[in-house]
Amino acid sequence: MRAMVYRGPYRLRVEEKDRPTIEHPNDAIVRVTRAAICGSDLHLYHGMMPDTRVGMTFGHEFIGVVDEVGSSVRNVKPGDRVMVPFNVYCGSCFFCARGLFSNCHNVNPNATAVGGIYGYSHTCGGYDGGQAEFVRVPFADVGPSPIPDWMDDDDAVLLTDALATGYFGAQLGDIVEGDVVVVFGAGPVGLFAAKSAWLMGAGRVIVIDHLDYRLEKAASFAHAETYNFAEYDDIVVQMKKITDHLGADVAIDAVGAEADGNFLQHVTAAKLKLQGGSPVALNWAIDSVRKGGTVSVMGAYGPMFSAVKFGDALNKGLTLRMNQCPVKRQWPRLFEHIRNGHLKPSDIVTHRIPLEHIAEAYHIFSAKLDGCIKPIIVPNAA
Amino acid sequence: MPYTPDKPKLAESTDELRARIPGWGVDLDPRDRPAVPRERFDPSLNGAHWEFPERQPEKWPREMSIEHKFLTPVFGTSCPPRGLSGMIRRYSYRTYSEGRAAHWLLLLAADRVDAVEGTLLSFLTRHPDNPLTETGVLSEFTHHGLSSRLRGKRVDRVHHLIDPVIVAAPWVLAGGVAYLAVRRVVRSRKG
Repeated sequence: MRAMVYRGPYRLRVEEKDRPTIEHPNDAIVRVTRAAICGSDLHLYHGMMPDTRVGMTFGHEFIGVVDEVGSSVRNVKPGDRVMVPFNVYCGSCFFCARGLFSNCHNVNPNATAVGGIYGYSHTCGGYDGGQAEFVRVPFADVGPSPIPDWMDDDDAVLLTDALATGYFGAQLGDIVEGDVVVVFGAGPVGLFAAKSAWLMGAGRVIVIDHLDYRLEKAASFAHAETYNFAEYDDIVVQMKKITDHLGADVAIDAVGAEADGNFLQHVTAAKLKLQGGSPVALNWAIDSVRKGGTVSVMGAYGPMFSAVKFGDALNKGLTLRMNQCPVKRQWPRLFEHIRNGHLKPSDIVTHRIPLEHIAEAYHIFSAKLDGCIKPIIVPNAA
Repeated sequence: MPYTPDKPKLAESTDELRARIPGWGVDLDPRDRPAVPRERFDPSLNGAHWEFPERQPEKWPREMSIEHKFLTPVFGTSCPPRGLSGMIRRYSYRTYSEGRAAHWLLLLAADRVDAVEGTLLSFLTRHPDNPLTETGVLSEFTHHGLSSRLRGKRVDRVHHLIDPVIVAAPWVLAGGVAYLAVRRVVRSRKG
């Protein structure tokens, strides 16, 4: 089969690879019809995530058609059109039994601090991902779900991570009616978090970024008030000024490990890999939120330490909430929101690129060229 | 204002927000939010028909965190450890917990070694690594590279010029060291 293959930092290509096989009785093999590149894939692409091996296939956002199932699979069958959460999870461990699917303890031998994620290094379990023609899906009775007939493929693929994560991020903010919510990052997760904040009754939603085209999208798609931090000496002071010096009630970090805005933080983390991530956005979130407020962290960080301003968080009495999103738990409610017209996730898709050109897709997305917000990958066999 | 008791008034009323924003407030009640409460004990809801999953066969000694009691029943089988990078990875997993910086730094070092090993091995195949196509850099010419970088006030512009240097420097250095080593060997044999 054809598959994206990592060759080292900033390098990848498409090559012939063995088709995955059933390795466990509850496995399925899925023929991928749509995949997406996630902002967090860029951390792998840039060589930031420890134990990212040459030869691995990335891709944790994908949908497809079940091609083959193991002997114990009951809930899906060959031919089913399915969406697959980015979490690999067993459904029965201590954490899964409590709904914390992203923290599953039975799928990742490489680390106890993180669950399993498709195509996201051996630190997340060593599973090949869905930027390929076929992918192995463990626990086929637990993760995959049939795609409703009324749902289109682009909406479905965005439900496998980006939309669910943005919606989850807004929920972790514990928003109450009239709250001022500030979202750092106008990428896919930030856009969805901003849009979701309204559903939870926010009174004002502010989005911060440095890319004008993304801020324009935040205004049109998420109805947000936008600020380009490059236009201000100090974005934290600006946030204080526009909130009558109180600060926002809730701040959401939707940027993560490669945040720009502080040259030293960015270069030491994103380029020299001396930190688990560049916490510029997280530190701005901590400093922009009001005392007693809540910071929700949806941006992905590596397992190493990062220079986070915990002193300010402590002194301000903040609640810091974060997790990888337990995707499938969000789906029933998100299906309703899409069906009712409250959310239209595919509105943020800017590029549809054949699998054979995935190296260009990564570069365009990474370098923020051509107005790129969300690239979708279409395998040859789709 | 934080200096007095009341919260600053919002510019828009609830009714105005409901009229302007599709779906405003439909998840106002926390009971409608699927992530609330954080933990909900119900193992029957998840599709699992086992208390502990059947074990996947272990086809090679699978590296694992020393914080685990045993090998997890299911695991990824992509890219078994190989070569010098594999030795570093196995040592890191065998020796250090996830709480130790040494664990992660060794894995990052192994990743860099793996990239060099992968490139060297590729020269023995019909598909040697090609940095021009594998970096996707040609899209700079087909997808508005220059105009995208010059538009607006992007702050990442300050490191655009050093980015390629940081990416290419290890390869240039490694090439230089290899060249000097080969030259020294050749000269010593001639001498």
